This record gives sequence, structure tokens and C-alpha cells, in this order.
Amino acid sequence: MARAVSTNRKIGFTVAAWVVALLIFFPILYTIITSFKSETEAIAGFSLIPSGTLESYAEVQAQSNYFKFFLNSVIIAVGSTILALVVAVPAAWSMAFSPTKRTKDILMWMLSTKMMPAVAVLVPIYLIFRDTNLLDTRIGLTVMLMLINLPIVVWMLYTYFREIPGEILEAARMDGATLWGEIVYVLTPMAVPGIASTMLLNIILAWNEAFWTIRLTTTNAAPLTAFIASFSSPQGLFWAKLSAASTLAIAPILIMGWFSQRQLVRGLTFGAVK
Amino acid sequence: MKLNTLFLGLCGASALAFAAHAETITIATVNNGDMVRMQKLTDDFTAKNPDIQLEWVTLEENVLRERVTTDIATKGGQYDVVTIGNYEVPIWAKQQWLLPLDKLGADYDVDDILPSIRGGISLDGKLYAAPFYGESAMIMYRKDLMEKAGLTMPEKPTWEFIADAARKMTDRAADINGICLRGKAGWGENMALLTAMSNSFGASWFDEKWQPQFDQPEWKNTLQFYVDLMKDAGPQGASSNGFNENLTLFGQGKCGMWIDATVAASKLSDPKESSVSDKIGFAIFPDTGNGNHGNWLWSWNLAVPASSQKGEAAQKFVSWATSKGYTELVASKEGWVSAPPGTRTSLYNSEDYKKAAAFAGPTLAAMDAADITKPSVKPVPYTGGQFVAIPEFQGLGTTVGQLFSAALAGQSSVDDALAGAQTAAVREMTRAGYIK
Amino acid sequence: MATRQTTTLARFMMAPSVILLFIWMIVPLAMTLWFSFLNYNLLNPANVSFAGLFNYKFFYTDPAFFQSIWNTLVLVLGVLLITVIGGIALALLLDQPMFGQGIVRILVISPFFVMPPVAALVWKNMIMHPGYGVFADIAKFFGAQPVDWFAQYPLFSIIIIVAWQWLPFATLILLTALQSLDGEQKEAAEMDGAGFVSRFIYLTIPHISRAVTVVILIQTIFLLGVYAEILVTTNGGPGYASTNLPFLIYRTALLGYDVGGASAGGIIAVILANIVAFFLMRAVGKNLDK
Repeated sequence: MARAVSTNRKIGFTVAAWVVALLIFFPILYTIITSFKSETEAIAGFSLIPSGTLESYAEVQAQSNYFKFFLNSVIIAVGSTILALVVAVPAAWSMAFSPTKRTKDILMWMLSTKMMPAVAVLVPIYLIFRDTNLLDTRIGLTVMLMLINLPIVVWMLYTYFREIPGEILEAARMDGATLWGEIVYVLTPMAVPGIASTMLLNIILAWNEAFWTIRLTTTNAAPLTAFIASFSSPQGLFWAKLSAASTLAIAPILIMGWFSQRQLVRGLTFGAVK
Repeated sequence: MKLNTLFLGLCGASALAFAAHAETITIATVNNGDMVRMQKLTDDFTAKNPDIQLEWVTLEENVLRERVTTDIATKGGQYDVVTIGNYEVPIWAKQQWLLPLDKLGADYDVDDILPSIRGGISLDGKLYAAPFYGESAMIMYRKDLMEKAGLTMPEKPTWEFIADAARKMTDRAADINGICLRGKAGWGENMALLTAMSNSFGASWFDEKWQPQFDQPEWKNTLQFYVDLMKDAGPQGASSNGFNENLTLFGQGKCGMWIDATVAASKLSDPKESSVSDKIGFAIFPDTGNGNHGNWLWSWNLAVPASSQKGEAAQKFVSWATSKGYTELVASKEGWVSAPPGTRTSLYNSEDYKKAAAFAGPTLAAMDAADITKPSVKPVPYTGGQFVAIPEFQGLGTTVGQLFSAALAGQSSVDDALAGAQTAAVREMTRAGYIK
Repeated sequence: MATRQTTTLARFMMAPSVILLFIWMIVPLAMTLWFSFLNYNLLNPANVSFAGLFNYKFFYTDPAFFQSIWNTLVLVLGVLLITVIGGIALALLLDQPMFGQGIVRILVISPFFVMPPVAALVWKNMIMHPGYGVFADIAKFFGAQPVDWFAQYPLFSIIIIVAWQWLPFATLILLTALQSLDGEQKEAAEMDGAGFVSRFIYLTIPHISRAVTVVILIQTIFLLGVYAEILVTTNGGPGYASTNLPFLIYRTALLGYDVGGASAGGIIAVILANIVAFFLMRAVGKNLDK
């Protein structure tokens, strides 16, 4: 009897959750569906069944070379993430294990650097990039995105490291472990999940950054955000084409997100779990 | 820091190595159909100029404009050829940001360019940009619906006639709106139409002392007329409709009339894009009996920034893309209807073109009627037809456009919108030093 | 416990990020501050002169200024409200036993991976468009007049779009927090005969309050800067109904090319953001110190 009730409950929850999930996912789903329609179909009214034409994709590819933009997105997102981790891991580490009175203030200050509206500093940054020959270079954009996301990365790592119990370090030290041994054998295994999810979040944020990636690039370093900017609002309503371009732009990160969601979830606590 | 320098060195080295092979010029274009077509046809150019390689940056209009403006004003040197409107050309030429185009080649035939277009992109007799295509505005209407309403389009319609016809053509049950007009906020969207419309109503943006004129009765007449007309005969959600949305609406047969850029005519005449391609009539932009037909004149032009290191190669490309030869190339590949309109007299003398394009005559007539040196019937200190050719217009035009679209959406009254526009304009013009 | 040696080491390890971020903060800030005192229009670079405080005065006397601050706050609070309440509800739902939990979770978090301009374009053209959008299709199906979202409820429409993008983030963090709630505690409460509501109030809420704080803090930082979605959809209108502070700065910077004015606006925005952050920390910051 009890079992039947719980199965019923489970079915109830399943239905509710699927309905909500599909509603939330619907705009993405509809974009993907529309990308397989022809232009006339796309504005002909609601329909979930596309004719399955690939003409929009062919046209998008004919107009812009997707793979060049894709490659830049990968390089910039991954590069800036690695760079950010290299800088942030030691900082978060020392904040977590040797906190001082000012640690919290430094953290808050770091977050506050994100509060300047990007558009207000466009001209200063553009001038700096021009003078350092960094305009339209991948390295310039990589450094830029690293700086933008660094505060979040430091904070996330800090909250994660803080949960590693200090006693383990003490114990390892008692056993005569060197500092190096301490890091390699004791801490790294414990820190890896946190670092991994930080990395994932940062890749997502860098991939989706759509202000600087358009304003500071021309051709060589232009990532997928610039690719999208070449398909929005042309003359005429080309929604199938726009959908195809959108699908292409979000597909890689969406797939990465799907495959790594467990990893992402595990570390995405910001110290919220005690 | 060291790493950074190393990377820079590497980038520099690879750039040099590349330059030794061929000269690469970077072209910034807007993502409309004609420009995308040009991109596809460039094999012809590279075959003739094997030493020049082309890199394309295609962006939507607003992003393109801010990218190019930022770069050119800070002398960033990212682009060798830029696509800009006749709004920017004189302003930028005055700042010496553009190279005068004096190496377009012997057979370029500058005198063939339509005089009104050429005037807009020259400064002190020198050409600073080459027109890729040009447009004015005119009425496009459905002949069948006009007939059904028992009316005939006069040769030179007035706004009064248009309003009457629009109301008669409206058939809400059949989803037919008498008139579709731009309503989306923006200096190049609703303000292009409303500025041209206000010209024909006898209004102007500024008087001779640069005092904004939104408190004058002519503007009140314009805006009230527009809001009332759209309420009675316009489509749902008109305040979000720009050129694109109206093009689609008309192409689907949902508009009786549409007053907008002449380039729309070639798209509406294409049966692939429009279900009403065989039922369209054209007429000149309406006036109020004062002979002012709005003076709408726009051209997309190719120009070479002064900061470009490759001026000569860039001019070669500009010359190719705006030549008679390019027009013929398009005609041979895609038919005469697709030829970039509104730039050269020779196109309008071509029998092939006139035969293929029913809109050729009306387009030329509209362009000839537009005089951007004298936009209003009142004396004004500025030039420009559907825009005011001062640097401040983009910002101010968009602000005013926001206020006017609120009036159209019914979020504010016509009087409030005009009062707001007057305040904003006085503020902006005082700050910029026009009003002493 | 910290000896002098470890303190030195700690400082040394922290140095790169602190120095980098300091440079990243101070150089643009100093340049922006400097520009904010200049008459500097990008389209007229020959005419740069000292303006004193005029840019500030000009910016805050803008007819849209106070409404833009109000809109900024409404946008932030509106999105926070939807994402926190919706996030808790979703997290509670996803925490229940069900079939296909993995796929459901994937579907729910997907919007977070969509870049903001794409999200705005999709919502504008395919969902909320009064002629061709899905909402309009639904309205027509029921014989109702389609709603012109961006003209009639501009700010609300933008809140919906932005909330859609951030809901997954809130859900994820809250779900992680929920799942760490001790199963034994839950069972014990159930044994005691505590109903769902009282369990929720006395057990769940205190447990996830810290996660809620984190969601609010991080989202606020991002939401204060939202402007791409506005640019793509309403262009700040109709009127000033959807103009927020970043959009006002955008209009000054990239339509008016008024570098001085935009810089002044940027400084004002930073000051206001810091005020918000200050109150935020006062209000919820204690949760973080546990």
C-alpha cells in the first residue's frame, strides 16, 4: 500500500518536473526546431515539426566561416580560464588557509571591480589596447576575459578551499610530509572537484561574454559572439537563418554543459553548503 | 609580463610573414542582402588582383556603426575599407578621418554617379566615399486593394489622400492594415520616417539659430496625424516595427500601403520573397500641397579610413565594388533586378534594367526629388533629409525616437512626447554649443 | 598558528591576483575619472577641454536619469525575486524522486549556457513577437488579441528574459544546498509529525539561507550591468520605460559618442553600485560569515 502511494507520488513529481523543465527549455528547443525550417515556414505560425531542410545552415556557413569563430571562442574561453586559475588558485589558497582580518575585505573589493559598467570604460580600454597592439588579438582578449572573471574565480575557489579541513594538513605535516608532498598528495585530490567546477563556470562565462569580445576584435580574434552579431537584424526577417546561427553558437557550450553538469553542480556551492 | 611580450612578438612575426605573401585588406560591411551578395562575388576581384586578399567583418548595422566609429575616431587602424552612410561621410571627412578617393582608376566615371548622391558624399569638391547603393523613400501600395476601395492613386498624393485611402483599405477581419509605417525607436528607424514626414508637413528640427522646433504647430500636426493614422489603419504592435518587420508584413499581403525606402521595391518585386510581387504600385512620397516630398536620401558607401596602411589596395577594391562593371557582374549572375540601385545614371539609362525593374522609374523620380541641401520649406542651418547631418543626431535622434514610439504605443500623449523631445533637444544642443 | 613565514608566503601567493586586479581596477578607473572632467566627444577630438563637474551635472539632469535608476533597481529586484522564489520551488521539485531526473536537470539548467544576445533575440523574435511569436500564436488560438509585450510591458518583458537566463544558476546552487540537507534530520522531522510547511519553514529555509545569500550577491553584480538584452529588444523605450543606468550610459557613449558624459555616468554607476553593495552586505552579509 505504502509503496503504491510512493510510486504515485513519484509519477506526480515526474510529470510536474517534466512540464516545468520543458517549459524552461522551450525557447532553446524552438530555436533548434526553427533552424531546420525554411524562411517561409519560420514565420508561418506555430509548428513543432520542421521540414528538416538544412538550407539555413548552408547559407550561414556560406556567409561566415563558422569554424574560425568557433576556434577563437574555444581558445579564448579555455585560455582565459587557465590563466585565471593560475593566478587565482594561489590567492584563494592563501586566503583560505592563512586568513587575516582583511581577507574578507579583499574578497569584497575584488568583487566590486566588476561593478564598473563595461560600456563606460570602452574608450579607455580601446585606447590601451590600441597602444599595446592588442586590438584583435587572441592574447589581448584572453587577458581581458581573465581579468573580468578573476574575482568570481577567486571567490569560488576560496569558498571551496575553505571547506577542506585544516586538520588534514596538520596530520600530514605531523607525518613529515614536505610542503610539496602536502600539495600533491593531500590537497590536490581534495581540491580538484572545486577547481573543475570553477573551471567549467568560468568557461561558460567567458564563452558568453558579448561586449568586449565584439568591441575588441575585427577578424583574427573574433569569436562566436561576433558571428551572431553578423546575423541579427539584417534586411528582412531571416529567422530560420538566425536560429541556425544561434544553434551553432550555443551548441558547443550547451553540449559541454550537459556532459559536465554533475561536475559543475558539485562545486557550484560558493561555500553555501556547510 | 614576459609571457605577454613573447606572445606579442610571435603575433607580430606571423603578421609579417603573412604580409610578405599578399596584401590583406579588412573590409567592414553591414549584413544586408546586397552586401552579402558582394561578399559572394569577390572571386571576380581576387582573380583580377591576385596580390590582394580580402578579410570580411560582417556585422549588423548598429554594432557595425559603433565599432567603426570607435576605431576610426581613436585611429585604431583596424579597417581598410568601411561601409558607412551618407550621414557619416561629411562629418568624418571634415575630421580628416577619410582618404579622398583619387585613385579609383581611369574608367571609373565619377560623373556617372547620381548628382544628389554625389553631393552627399563629397566635401569641398573631393569625393570621400563611393556609393554602393542609394535610396530615397516612396509609397508602395497594393493596386488591387486600392481599386477595391474605389480609389486611384494620384500622381502626387497628399497625406490627406493617404490617410483617407489607408482607412478605407483597412479590413481588420481579413488582417489587412491600410498602412504600415515604421514605429521602432531609433534615429535610423522611426525618426527617419518621422523626420522626412515632418519635412513634408512644413516642420523642421531647428530654426536658423539652432533652436529646436518641437514646440511648433507643424510638429504637433505631424505627430498627431501619424499616431491617429496608425491607430486607425496600422498593424498590431506598430511601435516595434522597423524596416524589416514592415517588409515582411507587406510581403505577406498584410499592408495596403507602405511608405519607406525605395530599396524595398526590389525585394517586394521578387516572387520568392513576396506573395504580392505582381500587385504593387509606386508613387512619390506624399506632401501637404507644399511640394516638399520629405527629401529622404540615403546611400551606403564604401570609404577608406585615413588610418589604413593599405590605402591603395583599399581604393582598388572600392573602385571594383562600386563600378559599372560590378553592376554588370551582378546582372549577369543574378539578373538585372538585383543590381545595386540608386547610384549611377547609366543604370537608369539601361534598357535592360528598365525592362526588368518596374520600380526603376519611380525610384529615380524619388531620388531626383530629394534635396538634402534644403530639407525643409523653412530656412534651416543644417543639411540632411531624413536625418540632420550633425554628430549629435544619433544620440538625440534616438532619444526623440524613444519618446515618439511611446506616443505611438499609447504610453504617453502626443503633447507629452513633443514636450519631452523639446527638453531633450534644447539640453543636447546647448551642451554641444549650438545654442549660445 | 600562522607564523611569520607562512604569512609571507600567503602574501606572496596572493600578490599576483591582487596586483592584477588592482591594475585592472585602477587604470581604467583613473582614465574614466580623468575623462569625466573633460569635454570630450569622440567625433570631435580636436575640441577637448576641461569641463569641471559639468559632465556630472549634465548626466544627472538627464530627463531619463531618475527613471533609469528606478528601472535599474526594479530590474535587479524583479529578477532576484523570480529567480530566488522560482529557484527554491524548482530545487524542491528536482530534489524529489522522479523518473529521468538527469535529463530534467539538464533541460532546466540549459538557459544558463545561452549567450545573452542570443537569448534576447530568440525571446524577442520567436516568443514575444506580437505577430509571429509563440505567445501571439497561443493568444490567437484562444481568440484573444495578442499582447505587444515590448510596447505594453517593456520592463517586465526584459525582467522575464533576464530571469529566464538566471533561473538555472539559482536553481543549481539552491539544489546543491538542499541536497546537502541531512537526510536523518529530515526523517526525524517527518517522524515528529512535522508537515511539509513547517519542515520547510523551520528546517529548509535556515539551511538554504546561505545559498540564497550567495545567489543574491552574485546575481546582483551581474544584474546591475544588464544592457545587451535591452539594446536588442526595446532600445530603452517606449519613452524611458526600459532605460536602465547601463543603457543610459550606452546611449551617451555609443550613440552620442560623448566620452566625458559616459565617463561621468560610469563613475556615478560605480558609486551607486557600491551603495547597493554596502546595504546588501549589511542585510545579508552576516549569512556569509558563519
